[in-house]
Amino acid sequence: MVSFLIRRFLLSCIILLVVANLLFLMLHMIPGDPTVVALGPRSTPEMREAFRHMMGLDRPLLEQMGLFLLRLAKGDLGTDVWSGRPVLSMILDVLPLTAMLAIASFLWAVLLGIVLGCVAVMQHGKWADWLIGLISIAFVAVPSFVVALYALLVFAVALHWLPAIGAGGDDFTSQLKALVLPSFTIGLGWVGYVSRLVRAAMIEAMGEDYVRTLRAYGVNERRIVFSYALKQALLSVVSVLAIGFGTLLSGSVFAEIVFSRPGLGKLTYDAVISRNFPVVMGTVLVTSALYLVCMVLADIISAVLDPRVRSAL
Amino acid sequence: MVDATLHKPKEIREPGVVTLSLRVIGQILSTPLGAIGMVIVALILFVTLLAPHLAPYNPLAISVKDRLAGPSFAHWLGTDQLGRDLLSRVLVGTRTAMSVAFSALFLSLAAAVPLGLIAGYGPRLLDSLMILIFDSFSSLPMIMLGLATVVLLGPGSGTVVLVIVLYCVPSYARLVRSQTLSLKERDFIKAQQAMDAGIARILFIHLLPNVIGPLLILACLDISTIITLEAGLSFLGLGVKPQIPSWGNILSDGFAVIRNSPVPVIAGGVPLILATIGFTFLGEALRDALDPRLKREKLA
Amino acid sequence: MSDQPLVLDIEDLTIRYGGVISAVDNVNLSIRPGEVMGVIGESGSGKSTLAHSILGLLPKSAHIEAARFRLSGRDVNAMDDSERAALRGPLAAMIFQNPMTAFSPIHRLGQQLSDLLWRDGQMSRAEKRERIITMLRRTGIADPAAKLDAYPFQFSGGMLQRVAISAALLMQPALLIADEPTTALDVTTEAQILHLMRELRDQSGVAILMISHHLGVIAELCDRVAVMYAGQIVEEGPVEAIFAAPAHPYTQALLACEPALIRERQGRLPVIAGEVARPGGPGCRFAPRCSVAEELCRQASPPVRPAAAEGQRYRCVRDLA
Repeated sequence: MVSFLIRRFLLSCIILLVVANLLFLMLHMIPGDPTVVALGPRSTPEMREAFRHMMGLDRPLLEQMGLFLLRLAKGDLGTDVWSGRPVLSMILDVLPLTAMLAIASFLWAVLLGIVLGCVAVMQHGKWADWLIGLISIAFVAVPSFVVALYALLVFAVALHWLPAIGAGGDDFTSQLKALVLPSFTIGLGWVGYVSRLVRAAMIEAMGEDYVRTLRAYGVNERRIVFSYALKQALLSVVSVLAIGFGTLLSGSVFAEIVFSRPGLGKLTYDAVISRNFPVVMGTVLVTSALYLVCMVLADIISAVLDPRVRSAL
Repeated sequence: MVDATLHKPKEIREPGVVTLSLRVIGQILSTPLGAIGMVIVALILFVTLLAPHLAPYNPLAISVKDRLAGPSFAHWLGTDQLGRDLLSRVLVGTRTAMSVAFSALFLSLAAAVPLGLIAGYGPRLLDSLMILIFDSFSSLPMIMLGLATVVLLGPGSGTVVLVIVLYCVPSYARLVRSQTLSLKERDFIKAQQAMDAGIARILFIHLLPNVIGPLLILACLDISTIITLEAGLSFLGLGVKPQIPSWGNILSDGFAVIRNSPVPVIAGGVPLILATIGFTFLGEALRDALDPRLKREKLA
Repeated sequence: MSDQPLVLDIEDLTIRYGGVISAVDNVNLSIRPGEVMGVIGESGSGKSTLAHSILGLLPKSAHIEAARFRLSGRDVNAMDDSERAALRGPLAAMIFQNPMTAFSPIHRLGQQLSDLLWRDGQMSRAEKRERIITMLRRTGIADPAAKLDAYPFQFSGGMLQRVAISAALLMQPALLIADEPTTALDVTTEAQILHLMRELRDQSGVAILMISHHLGVIAELCDRVAVMYAGQIVEEGPVEAIFAAPAHPYTQALLACEPALIRERQGRLPVIAGEVARPGGPGCRFAPRCSVAEELCRQASPPVRPAAAEGQRYRCVRDLA
């Protein structure tokens, strides 16, 4: 098991390297001056020169990549050519806000998703099950930015219940209020996803032999569902959820833009609009890394939760 | 060995394609999920084909005096901030969404099938290398991949198609590869190899027909994600050119005036919701109909 | 034998899936207190369906009809689901074929056992634990207290089946239903489990319904045996009588196929040709595979008639007694 985790970790590192190199190579594959490709025609010669120097673009390609990877290994993601700030510190500034958003969305998804999934299993084969199934698929299908726009329209613009923009002030209540709508719009798709996962996993669990044993002893059906089937279902869902958390961290682009909320997604978007390649490259690498970290975490969590795997550790 | 070539392929190839598809359509329509999906998708395809004839106005015609009008008899869905008729823009936007989605899907399939066949049938080292690259792309969230591509290539329809292709190809190629790997070991392929059939013959005559079914299910389930991706990039102002009527552009324009009028945002969002739900329902129903193993449940 | 009511009293039980196909057909079965009844048959003969129906464990698609269906004198036929659930345990408990999957893999054994004892709500945790430990020790499990904190995958199949038997006996049931309890175990463990069951029967007087496809198991443990074929009981009687003088051609064939009973060296091992026919249609269900079938066998349903030994009955058109 330990060796499996080490292998997973190493594989993640390799994938990250490949991603970095792909981004780097894309810069060269596009015809034209790479500095113009990266920074756009409106960039000044000084900025282009700074970028050329930073990426080592005047050296041979292999050396460029070596230098680039060396910098990455030292945790240096380069500097913003427009403001001169280090990209890493720009990302670290907004990361907590995005993390908060992701956690809130995750809570929506997990709580609502598990409740809906359980209701569907309890009502298996009846109309409520069917309806939840239909709604869940619809939740998954509907684009999150449309949900965000409609939520903004109804709850912020029309009803004025919740703030339309920003991340709230210094006090916790206003931050929490500002979190409700964006996190809901991100979480909604996951609600449907989680409820379907939980339902399928629980139905599988209910078909297991040990459920028959419990029934044969007259154990309360409610107890079978909640303390046995649900526990087993969560065990198989938890790793998917951990990977999902990685996706949530990066799924914040639309919610942050619609609700004008500072964060990783907004930072990336602004950088794209102003043709700020080093920042985009930095955020892409960081989200990719976060995603991979969550993948490894997912393996560790499911290993720790499952007594069979745990004993093999 | 000769025996195997004579009999095995028959087992694997299903009855005629026509009877098969008729049976599948019947099965899809018999479930509420499939019926709803089929109706919505049929409606969308109808609008796509006839959009210019259905649109009451030129979707590009600006009329400043009519700007931000609510729904009326003259403008069923009202107008946007430039006075353009929203119904016409929505109808023609359907055509934009579908042409981007289907051309991107076609390109993805065209690229993924040979890549997957090569990975599955070719040497191990090449396979590992390709899988590593596919995994790397999959570790990038779709929208981040899109933003990174846009910053390098600039916005436009071509970029949108490329982003979709970059998103789709890894998962499709992986599917083709795994199907190929498992089919490769089957007797009827071994028999072909024993008879010195050319690689091209094995790949395209024997492997491809068996790979294409699952691939189409996956593609159908992906259409709604693809539509979302196109609309999303356009909404961010990074997709198709702003003046072209598309659902994402309608939403983008509407978002700018959301405090003045809710109409444009609602008008742009509803078809998008309908389309994504319709294609997802249809895809789910298609998968259930073609792959009953996935649907099997047991609960006493 | 005594005035106590029969532990199990079934008359004319028919179980159908989806209308026509009957998995169990016109079965009569009764078990006296302390008696060990064996039910033997091939896969698909309906013996497991019969066993599961006693505890109401069949899926909802099963349609059950019976003229009489009583557990310890209580009419199960007239009960609803919750009343039936309340019977599980005190009147009849069950152990299953595969002990490795009979327990949840992710819950500690102690928790699962005390959950099975849920009905005794007034019992404290410590008291439950005490009773479980005592029973585990009785079924031959060393260091039971430590075992309660372990997970099922840390046990061997034989040990888990001992745990399952303990769990069943903790309910102090009048009837213990054992659905092929040793099929998944190896031969030496099988012998130990059978020995344990006989010992427990002698000590506690629990009646046992033993489902098996293995003649040796039945011969080892049972007082009486019922032979099932395609949903029907084709022969029933005391174990000694049936093994000594099987009346029904199917029972005869079954005995001829038992490796332990094949004495001479034969060129080919004996087999019963063909497969279990799909129940339905007139005539004897075994007729298509029967070596002595006549024209009459395919037309008329065979009657149940007494055989030579006391209490032995068989279902055949021919008078073999």
